[in-house]
Amino acid sequence: MSLTTSQITMKYGEKLILDQLNIKIPEGKITVFLGSNGCGKSTLLRSMARLLNPEAGTIVLDGKNIHQMSTKKLAKQLAILPQSPTAPSGLTVLELVKQGRYCYQSFLRQWSKVDEEKVIQALQETHMEEYKDVPIDSLSGGQKQRAWIAMTLAQDTNTILLDEPTTYLDVTHQIEILDLLFELNEKEDRTIIMVLHDINLACRYAHHIVALKDKKVFVEGKPEDVISPEMIQQVFDLKCKVVFDPIFFTPMCIPTGKGRRIERKELNHVIV
Amino acid sequence: MKKMITIQTSNFSFLLSSKTMIVLINLLIIQIILFWLSLSLGKTFDPLTSLKVLLGQGSMKDNLSIIHLRMPRVIIACLIGSALAVSGAILQGMIKNSLASPNVIGISGGASVAAISYITLFPAASIQFLPIVAFVGALINGMIIYFLAWKGGISPIRLVLIGIGMSAVSTAMTTMMIVMGPPHIASKSMTWLTGSIYGASWTQVYIYLPWIIVFLPAAFLLLRSLNVTQLGDDIAIGVGSPLQKQRIIFFIIAVALAGSAVAIGGTIAFVGLMAPHIARKLVGPGFGGVLPTSALIGSIIVMLSDLIGRTAFQPISIPVGVFTSAIGAPFFIYLLLKKTR
Ligand SMILES: Nc1ncnc2c1ncn2[C@@H]1O[C@H](COP(=O)(O)OP(=O)(O)OP(=O)(O)O)[C@@H](O)[C@H]1O
Ligand SMILES: [Mg+2]
Repeated sequence: MSLTTSQITMKYGEKLILDQLNIKIPEGKITVFLGSNGCGKSTLLRSMARLLNPEAGTIVLDGKNIHQMSTKKLAKQLAILPQSPTAPSGLTVLELVKQGRYCYQSFLRQWSKVDEEKVIQALQETHMEEYKDVPIDSLSGGQKQRAWIAMTLAQDTNTILLDEPTTYLDVTHQIEILDLLFELNEKEDRTIIMVLHDINLACRYAHHIVALKDKKVFVEGKPEDVISPEMIQQVFDLKCKVVFDPIFFTPMCIPTGKGRRIERKELNHVIV
Repeated sequence: MKKMITIQTSNFSFLLSSKTMIVLINLLIIQIILFWLSLSLGKTFDPLTSLKVLLGQGSMKDNLSIIHLRMPRVIIACLIGSALAVSGAILQGMIKNSLASPNVIGISGGASVAAISYITLFPAASIQFLPIVAFVGALINGMIIYFLAWKGGISPIRLVLIGIGMSAVSTAMTTMMIVMGPPHIASKSMTWLTGSIYGASWTQVYIYLPWIIVFLPAAFLLLRSLNVTQLGDDIAIGVGSPLQKQRIIFFIIAVALAGSAVAIGGTIAFVGLMAPHIARKLVGPGFGGVLPTSALIGSIIVMLSDLIGRTAFQPISIPVGVFTSAIGAPFFIYLLLKKTR
C-alpha cells in the first residue's frame, strides 16, 4: 500500500494553492500535515482522496492513478474523514457506521455477515457500542467525532485520511481520539494521514511530518529531525523555543511571546 | 460479553428496524381501511355492499358502480400518492434540502405544460402517450431549474426562488395553451390542471401501472446510495459512491414518478413535500424506512383528499389538488420560515 503524489498542482479557479508537490507517504506510519491556516492542508488531503481533481500531476496508490480507479474500488483501500462532516438529524450512530460498508455492497449483496462483524468491531474500537442507537445530533463533540471515525473504520481500509479529527474537542477527547488512531496504527499497521493544528500533539503521535508553506512542501521528516525554532518561525511565523516533552521525549515548542511570568523564588515552596 | 453483543445486534442486518415495521403495518392498515371506505362512499355509504363486491358476491349493478367507476379512481389516487411521495423523498435526499419536492423543482410545471400542449395541439391523439410526454416535459423543466440553481452546490433558497420563477413561466405557458385552444378542451384542461382524478378509468390505470411497476421498485434499489448521499458529497464519494452518475439516476427516477403521476392526475401539489417530512418524523432519516413510509403516507393523503373532495361538499366535487394545496401550502411556508430563521 503506497501512496504518493507526483507533481500535483491544485487550483481553485485561477488561484494556485499547491504547486507541483511530490510527497511519499510512509507505509504503516502516522503522517501529519502541518502548516498555517489556509496554506492548503485540507486541499492536499482532499485531493489525495480523489475529492478534488488536481490541475496537473497524479496521485498514485500502489502504482495506479487514483483518478483512473473506480471510486468504489478505491474506497476499499482508502477512507477519508473530512473536516466537520454533518449527519441528517435523527440518524443513529449504528445507521451512520453501517454506511462505511457501502463499497462492499451491491444490489445482489446487500448486507453480509462480514459487514456486520466490521461494524461491530468499529463500534467496539471507538467505544461507541453503548451509543449505537443514539441519534448523532444528541451526542457530545467527542462522541460525534468517534462515531464518524467508527464509520471510516468500518470501511476497513489500510489507509485512513483525517482532516483535523481533534478540532472542537477538549484536551481529554483530543488525547482519546489520537490514542485511538495510534493504537489502530500500532496493532493493525494501518497507514494514517491527518491534518493537525497542535504542533506538540503532532510531534508526539506522528512518525512523519509534512510541513507546507507557500504552496510547497517546506520540510518533511521525523518530528525530532524537522522541528526547530527556525522551522516554526518559517512555517508558522511564530517565535518559539523547542524543548523535549518530559514524558515522551518528543519535541515540544513553547512560543515566546507575552504571558504571565512567575519568579523562581515564588515557586520554591511548591517545588520543594 | 461478546455473545451479548452479537445477540443484541443480530437483528440489525435487516434493512428495517422493528419500530419502522410497526409504523408500516399501522399505515398499511389505515390505507386498507381508507381504500374500503373510498369504495363504499358514493351518494350513499354502504361498506357491506363494497365488501361483498370485493369478495366477488356483488350484484351486477353494484359491480358496475364499484368496480368500474369507483375502484379505478381509488387505485389511481393510491398510486399517484405513493409516486409523488417517493419522488419527493428522492429529491429531498439528493439535493439534501427538505424544501425540495416535484412541484418546487418544477417537475410538475414542466409536466403540465407538456401534457396540456399535447391535449390541446393533438386532441385526437391517444392518451396512452400522455405519461411519456409529461415525463419529457418534466425532465426538461427540472433540468433547467437544477442547472440555474446550481452554484457550486444547491442552496435551498436559490432553488425555491428559481422553482417559483419557473412555475410562473409554466403557468403562463399552460394558460396560453388553454386560451388559444378550443373551448371544450379548455374546460377539460382546467380541471386536469387543478389535480383531479374525477372520472379515472381502468384504461388510465393500465396506462399508468407500468410506470409504477418499473420506477417504484427502482427507487428502492437506490436506498443505500440515497443514504450515503445524505451524508454530504465528500463522505458519499469517500465511501465509494459514484456521485455524479448516481445523481442523474436519482433525478430520472424522481422525474419519471412525478411526471407520470402528473400526466394521470394533474398537479396534485405538495404531497411530495409533506409525505417525506411526516415519514422522517415517524421513522428517522434512513431511507430504508423513509421510502416505504413516504409511499404509504402519500397514498393516504391523496386517497383522503379525494374522499373528502367528493363527499364533503356534495353535489359539488372538489378536485384533490385543491385539498392537498390547502394543507400543503401553509406547511411549505412554515418550513421556509423555519429554514430562513
Ligand atoms: N472551495 C474553494 N474555493 C475557493 N478557494 C478555496 C476553496 N477551498 C479553499 N480555498 C482556499 O484555498 C486555500 C487553502 O485552503 P485549505 O482549506 O486547503 O487550507 P487549510 O490549510 O486546510 O486551512 P485550515 O488550517 O484553516 O483548515 C485557502 O486560501 C482557501 O481560502
Ligand atoms: Mg483545513
